[in-house]
Amino acid sequence: MTPDLPAILARLRVALPAATLTHLRNPGPSGQDSLLVAPDHLGAVCQFLHDTAELDFDLLSNVTGIDWPEPAQADAVAVPVEGTTPAACGFLEVVYHLYSTALRVGPLVLRARTVDRVNQVHIPSVVAVYRSAELQEREIFDLYGVEFIGHPDLRRILMWDEFLDHPMRKDYVAPDDYQYEPTPHDAVLEKAQQHYTV
Amino acid sequence: MISDPSMSLSPHTASSASMPELDEDELLHVSLGPQHPSTHGVFRMNVALDGETVVSLKPVFGYLHRNHEKIAEGVTYLSSMPFTDRLDYICPLTNNWAYAQAVEKLAGIEVPERAEYIRIITAELTRLINHTAFVGFFLGDMGAWGSALMYAFREREKILDLFEDLTGARMMSNYMRFGGCRNDLPDGWAARASVLVNEFPRFLDELENLITGNEILIARTQNIGALPKEVLINGGITGPMLRAAGVAYDIRKAEPYGIYDRFKFRIPLGAVGDCYDRLMIRLLELRESLSILRQALDQLPEGAYIHPKAKIRNFKPPVGEAYARIESPKGELGFYLISDGSAQPFRYRIRPPSLINLTLLEDMCLGLDLADVVLILGSVDIVLGEVDR
Repeated sequence: MTPDLPAILARLRVALPAATLTHLRNPGPSGQDSLLVAPDHLGAVCQFLHDTAELDFDLLSNVTGIDWPEPAQADAVAVPVEGTTPAACGFLEVVYHLYSTALRVGPLVLRARTVDRVNQVHIPSVVAVYRSAELQEREIFDLYGVEFIGHPDLRRILMWDEFLDHPMRKDYVAPDDYQYEPTPHDAVLEKAQQHYTV
Repeated sequence: MISDPSMSLSPHTASSASMPELDEDELLHVSLGPQHPSTHGVFRMNVALDGETVVSLKPVFGYLHRNHEKIAEGVTYLSSMPFTDRLDYICPLTNNWAYAQAVEKLAGIEVPERAEYIRIITAELTRLINHTAFVGFFLGDMGAWGSALMYAFREREKILDLFEDLTGARMMSNYMRFGGCRNDLPDGWAARASVLVNEFPRFLDELENLITGNEILIARTQNIGALPKEVLINGGITGPMLRAAGVAYDIRKAEPYGIYDRFKFRIPLGAVGDCYDRLMIRLLELRESLSILRQALDQLPEGAYIHPKAKIRNFKPPVGEAYARIESPKGELGFYLISDGSAQPFRYRIRPPSLINLTLLEDMCLGLDLADVVLILGSVDIVLGEVDR
């Protein structure tokens, strides 16, 4: 059963008046609206959703990283219900899908955004509330570069440790010194020859 | 050795505090994998041992990472369907269904009734082959070499023959489409499936006869790897591992998708949650799958196998996002898709049950012997294609 987002938002506003929360509408047919949470209050919001008996969101099912080079695209996918100031520059986003196993409610979609894609890429880790985020946050750190503050073991998980850069970003350029074609020709041959000729 | 039930939910639940203080020199560091017959694929665990006892266990992932999610951003939605076969490669048809369901939710596509029945029949047959293969591999981990595996594969091959007739390939089916299935059931397929479903319980009886009372199995699998229910839910564990611990959470009942709400079936639950329970749960789930299959094959209606207006070329879902999940044989398999209105997904994310079920691997293995680690890993039932994508 899809959660009643306005009701949950009302509860959160009462319990955490300082938290910045925005209801974002999903323009597509799925009807899965989301809640944008300012990163500073993410831990408190998760703790509240987990601990409140009437909500009982005990299962953090999915943690996803997204790279938005253009903030306008993010607003098109998750439309602010009340007007908000659009972000100034591109950012990285982490989306959480929460479920309540006992009450059969879900998915409750939370979103947290970094300030930019360059050097202010911090988001607090929710591992203290939901252990299931442990490996998934590592993956987002590995592939997107979001730094999760408070994660007990933040290191790469899918790429090897010495790997540089973050492959899932939209502006990632793969290194050209790998061989993916056994008989290179045209542009690939030119690129490959640059490495062979000393 | 039953784990301490008062384990806290903090990220440092791996209670190294209860381990005796040892120098690094006194520990034996073993790298289990990535090439190893018992790691179920290219999976590596860095284990630190005090004699035979596990002091720490750090899994290493990524040996089968094929950047499926990045590839999907560059190809159309339908082009990703064959890639989903290769995620959990023991269960291609359920992967196909999960992805098709997510796209259908994203675009608001309806599925005709016959297609829904075909999907459930293929999904439950997939559950049969997965759990049967699991029993075979688990007994192999225990030292039964290939004997149990060959019994399991003998039955699996019969179902794979059915899949070959239906989809054209034994395993990599690429069968589901957005709005239904790729093709209709061939003539006589439903009758042959019914024959198989009616003969399967005899095989299960034979299998249970051979393994259930086995002393070695009972001695090796009981009372290892159990964790409290709250720790499991908090760790994101889903699927048979969760139900073995007694949590009645099955997405087919909790949030019915397709037409699962039309079928009568039970959810087997375990009592302790150890490796023995996980094995027995899967055997019981096989029987429930057979019950669903019998009902579905009886009720199978005539009709379209795909929505008549299903768009194959130039498929562009509206702007938005959707998260859809199914109860795959491994656990909760989810797909999260973001559409920017173009023919390629903006973000394509797989929620991999095999990876997330490994979150608590260290917790389950601490204080146990190295031999138990192999069994606990086996009882999680992972497929590396899904762990690493």
